[in-house]
Amino acid sequence: MSESSHFITMKGTNNGIVVYLDDQCSFNSLLKELEEKLQINQASGKTEITLHSQNRYLNEDQRHAIENTIDQYSELTVKSIDSYVITRDEAYDIYENTTVKTVMKTIRSGQIHEVKGDALVIGDVNPGGTVIATGNIFVLGKLRGIAHAGFDGDEGCVVAASYMHPNQIRIASKISRAPDYDVEGSPREFAFVNQSTEQIELEQLQHIQKIRPKLLDVFERGL
Amino acid sequence: MGESIVITSGKGGVGKTTTTANIGTALALLGQKVCLIDTDIGLRNLDVVLGLENRIIFNLIDVIEGRCKLQSALVKDKRFDCLHLLPAAQTSDKNEVTPKAISKLVDELKPDYDYILIDCPAGIEQGYKNAVAGADKAIVISTPEKSSVRDADRIIGLLEQEGLEFAPYLVINRIRKHMMDSGDMLTVDEIVSTLSIELLGIILDDEDVIRASHHGEPVAFQPNTKASISYRNIARRILGESVPLMSFDNDEGIMTKVKKLLGMK
Repeated sequence: MSESSHFITMKGTNNGIVVYLDDQCSFNSLLKELEEKLQINQASGKTEITLHSQNRYLNEDQRHAIENTIDQYSELTVKSIDSYVITRDEAYDIYENTTVKTVMKTIRSGQIHEVKGDALVIGDVNPGGTVIATGNIFVLGKLRGIAHAGFDGDEGCVVAASYMHPNQIRIASKISRAPDYDVEGSPREFAFVNQSTEQIELEQLQHIQKIRPKLLDVFERGL
Repeated sequence: MGESIVITSGKGGVGKTTTTANIGTALALLGQKVCLIDTDIGLRNLDVVLGLENRIIFNLIDVIEGRCKLQSALVKDKRFDCLHLLPAAQTSDKNEVTPKAISKLVDELKPDYDYILIDCPAGIEQGYKNAVAGADKAIVISTPEKSSVRDADRIIGLLEQEGLEFAPYLVINRIRKHMMDSGDMLTVDEIVSTLSIELLGIILDDEDVIRASHHGEPVAFQPNTKASISYRNIARRILGESVPLMSFDNDEGIMTKVKKLLGMK
């Protein structure tokens, strides 16, 4: 039995213990060996480990099977399951959600411009027009309509415009609207959700680096 | 081969029909062969504004349904030989016409005229779709009111989807100088910057326009009212002339215009 134990390798790294799973053997032999290893070496105490499936793609069921086995035979907790591979669909989703979609037109009343990822509008968004993005919204023109950033629920997204005079700004599930009295718009501003007040606030565009330093870190929201 | 221009606005009551009648008249004054088509079926007005109501025998629906020839439905204007009107039906409704039928009709008229102006009904439903189907170009009418500008914006968006060869042109109607100055109305610059299309002309809110419509004589026919000069300027711009925008700083009318013309040169 012990000669078969080469499918699972453990390594200590800066990020804790990483357990590498062989990607050439069958999934069943992998699971079997995992089971045996866990039975032999009863780890004491709760330790967090990271699993790495290398070049093997694990589907939902297989992930569950591995997690269940570990739960059953040990006190270990699985922090995450890494892999070198993802499916095309996942890759496409990440690509879609992390790229900037540029459009060069005026978004007019009644029109809805909806994109995955960041939206860059070269032109105005007129009153009654709507821009929706799962990421950030940048308007190189006057924003006078509605902008909805972080449509899938990401409150870290911002709405920035060369000239800010919107009907409404929505970020994730937060909504802020223009006051009932007449207001002048203001140049070069951006809107963000203030974590402490939980409200949408406007700020001069030059402060964006301070308030959202990780705005362009695409993998923060992509994965 | 003529050029077809649809005159539309989205919102009702901003002066589509009046503008169609007057631009048509102004183009005819400049010697162009013009045909006006009223596509506001069920609520025809263009014939009334032109004072041609009594001369209608057949209408657009009769032509489309094959009850008469196209030539026999055309009403000749009482002032010009070169201005014709194809009136709408008053008894049918807009759903009895298809965009295809209008488009075919306009194509049939094109060889005989220099300009075909299509008066569009208000709204963005069937009637609008019919009117736009046959057009090469579009003129969007807006007044300096927010609601009107909002609807014009919507219409421009729809026209862009329509895939016209040229971007629509803008005419701002019913301008009240003192209200623009006091900030109670949108200014011309604000409207142009919002709609971001080429401005073809501006027309002052003038009692003469109402008076002229009442008598069935388009105001463009009068020699020297501000509105008639505005309409004739629009016609000249359609023909490709470069005409500066009329100034309405004081009430001297034509004198001011002359001064401005000289000042600009």
